[in-house]
Amino acid sequence: MYGNDFIDPDEPLNAAESGAIDEAVTAAAAALAQRSKSGSAFDALLAADQRIEPRDEMPDAYRQTLVRQIAQHAHSEIIGMQPEGNWISRAPSLRRKAILMAKVQDEAGHGLYLYSAAETLGVDRGQLLDMLHSGRQKYSSIFNYPTLTWADNGAIGWLVDGAAIMNQVPLCRCSYGPYARAMIRVCKEESFHQRQGFEILWTLSRGTQAQKDMAQDAVNRWWWPSLMMFGPPDTGEAATTGGHTAQSMAWGIKRFSNDDLRQKFVDMTVPQAHKLGLTLPDPDLRFNRERGHWDFGAIDWSELWRVLKGDGACNAERIEHRLAAHNEGAWVREAANAYAAKQERSQQPEFVA
Amino acid sequence: MSTPETKGSSGVGSSANGSSAERSWPLWEVFVRGKRGLSHVHVGSLHAPDAVMALRNGRDVYTRRQEGVSLWVVKSSDITASSPDERDSFFDPAADKVYRHPTFYDVPEDVEYL
Repeated sequence: MYGNDFIDPDEPLNAAESGAIDEAVTAAAAALAQRSKSGSAFDALLAADQRIEPRDEMPDAYRQTLVRQIAQHAHSEIIGMQPEGNWISRAPSLRRKAILMAKVQDEAGHGLYLYSAAETLGVDRGQLLDMLHSGRQKYSSIFNYPTLTWADNGAIGWLVDGAAIMNQVPLCRCSYGPYARAMIRVCKEESFHQRQGFEILWTLSRGTQAQKDMAQDAVNRWWWPSLMMFGPPDTGEAATTGGHTAQSMAWGIKRFSNDDLRQKFVDMTVPQAHKLGLTLPDPDLRFNRERGHWDFGAIDWSELWRVLKGDGACNAERIEHRLAAHNEGAWVREAANAYAAKQERSQQPEFVA
Repeated sequence: MSTPETKGSSGVGSSANGSSAERSWPLWEVFVRGKRGLSHVHVGSLHAPDAVMALRNGRDVYTRRQEGVSLWVVKSSDITASSPDERDSFFDPAADKVYRHPTFYDVPEDVEYL
């Protein structure tokens, strides 16, 4: 449903489980042959499309790029709890409330999977959180927009999570094993997020005029920021003006360019908008028969850079809230420590059968 | 999804905002039995102050959708792992023994149940 790159999460992750032993043997032999040619185990593994695992040798720049990207991804998951968390107490029904709570819990879990993946690269989660809190590391700019009405929860699920899935599905094949495995779990869980968002808008768009207007207003506000989530242009002329895309693709971290993913997202979303009976706020949106894709209007990149640099509606609020939650939870962590220390003094460990 | 291969880095200065307490928490590897009849499989890791908290947090993080019927947590520091540096020599003994696989043998195609 989200693209053709989805790896079946139930598919066994190693050859011993799948019985695809011959394939694995061939790939390993190819990697070995390549290694004796190039001399670098890292390059050989990449060339054979094998995964890099934590204690393998890897270039420092590869490690640094991954730490930055995974940390930013993890930060986005936990900051992403806030815009919708804001609506839990005001959800219009118990059903919607339970769904929203499950979704926000999922985001916390996704943050944890990703911080764990980052830790395999030798960093410490506490250290990454400090960098988030002090503004030295970023999270996705999309979370600096406010959730003004109930319909925003629909638009976030449908558009923001839809765009996130489009970005994340190829990461299930990322060259770094722990990141790829975390993304498989995330994508599997994320699919309900997008569907529940669509369902909210589907319900509103068949409701009263006021409800329809509310849905349309939310889509108007979230459409362009969702397109910006894919990052700045990186094909054609833009490919020659720097950016990380080429290097990340050579390393197998990134599988598609920002522009290709954005186009896929637009192509997927336009028919869904038609079904909802809602208008996407772009007068230049039309189907291009020659290309077989939807053309869309120019994106105002100055807005992305402005919000990224701190000038979004909610930048300060998000970090303040995050810090408050962290500090107010300190006593829980300290109590857990004290209890663990007490138990250790008074008890022999029990063994699990 | 951490593996026991990287020990949590230490020596990072503690901060004033309360993340220091968490930093002393050991890393636990989490294993889930998906259903009866299957073995426990490594699903990821988490930090927790003790085994009981590790189990509870493991349940909340890795089995929110009934992914398991049984859970193990093991301190990462208790796992001994083979070294990737010695990977080739360590696994060498098996590399030249293709005759351990059934596909090694030439048999007529029209023989059944073989």
